[in-house]
Amino acid sequence: MIALIDYGAGNLTSVRKAFAALDADICVPAAPADIERASAVVVPGVGHFAATAALGPEWVAAIRSSIGRGRPLLGICLGMQWLFEGSDEAADCPGLGVLAGRCRRLSGVDAQGQSLKVPHVGWNSLGLQRDGAIVAGVAPESQVYFTHSFMAPVTGDTVAVSEHGEPFAAIVERGRISGVQFHPEKSGDVGLAILRNFLRTVDVDR
Amino acid sequence: MLSKRIIACLDVRNGQVVKGVNFEGLRSAGNPAELARRYNREGIDELVILDITATIEQRQALADTIRAVARELFIPLAVGGGIRTEADAAAAVEAGADKVSLNTAALANPSLITTLAQRYGSQAVIVAIDAKRAPGQAEVAGGDDHFAVYARSGQSLSGRDAVEWAREAEARGAGEILLTSIDRDGTKIGFDCPMTAAVSRAVSIPVIASGGAGTLEHFVDVFTGGRADAALAASIFHYAETSVHSLKQHLRQHGVPVRL
Repeated sequence: MIALIDYGAGNLTSVRKAFAALDADICVPAAPADIERASAVVVPGVGHFAATAALGPEWVAAIRSSIGRGRPLLGICLGMQWLFEGSDEAADCPGLGVLAGRCRRLSGVDAQGQSLKVPHVGWNSLGLQRDGAIVAGVAPESQVYFTHSFMAPVTGDTVAVSEHGEPFAAIVERGRISGVQFHPEKSGDVGLAILRNFLRTVDVDR
Repeated sequence: MLSKRIIACLDVRNGQVVKGVNFEGLRSAGNPAELARRYNREGIDELVILDITATIEQRQALADTIRAVARELFIPLAVGGGIRTEADAAAAVEAGADKVSLNTAALANPSLITTLAQRYGSQAVIVAIDAKRAPGQAEVAGGDDHFAVYARSGQSLSGRDAVEWAREAEARGAGEILLTSIDRDGTKIGFDCPMTAAVSRAVSIPVIASGGAGTLEHFVDVFTGGRADAALAASIFHYAETSVHSLKQHLRQHGVPVRL
């Protein structure tokens, strides 16, 4: 069973549908203690970083404990940004801090000084940086669907970058923690392949 | 690089896709789930389901249509037409819509934009603007054009200008603008590029151009001169005049970034 964390940031319908299409057993825990029984955790979310503050100390402790027991975690969009130390979007709201670096707003300017629209909305290509369980079988330059204004930095944990005026982390992976800035549940076959890869890292017996 | 999006619009009435000209004279174009499947196979980037019915019973049929499409397609799905209240939007989202498109209701009650943006995020809120040039007004690129915004499917003047209204919608929390030229709707003579460019320059959120697609060249025009971030079409795809795939190949050949 996979725990899909609902902290009120956007609707979970699409994420649930995508996992259901892949025959994954999904539950939305009502209390932090329910995470204990889950074999993996998915943190979705769209919108403002401050929304992650709804994940109070008990939720954070339960998610950390799940990671500590080696269970996979996937952050999607805002859920991925939350894995970092924090974000300029809500400076006084700490992230989970399991990945190094801070999120900041897309500059909205490309290398030629041309201005670009922010938010970054639509399909953009993945520039694969290294191997990772989460990107197994994903073709270089595959396109996925983004919608965001803030971005996570490119670090050693970055598996794939995308570019909107500047490169940013599109897929991260560190041990059994992974995150995607885009919406795999809305990214067609490529998105489903990435979710399937995540499910393969989950030990279903737990 | 961010791709320009190609969006197929399904105008649904009584569970069937229909299409008219200048917002009138509807004819049937098939089953929505079947069309959605075909477009997905051809590489459509996004789908819009527009409910052009009005009654409560038919709204239930719409929810079934949304469910049928959302169950098997994993690309962004927007739903519009007749969304007047937060409850209407919630029903569409519950059925599987990723975005809701507001038109008349946003004009009548602009705070609905903010309410929905706070509840679902700005990315889930499209403000659809149906606009028409003043009679006899020439198209002058860069000129001080006025684009009158209409409510109720082009039936009544709202008293607003498209550029001003787009700016206000953005400020109130809209995540995208769907701009339809009433003059061009269904005519296949090309998008209103000057109008699209005027709105696109005025806002930072994406602008989806709609109304008038007839040839592959029209799409090149709206993505270059029209500064559109996405283009929406219905007739050109429904009657298989152009496949989504061949349109995208044409765009790529002309230097427009697309997802192929």
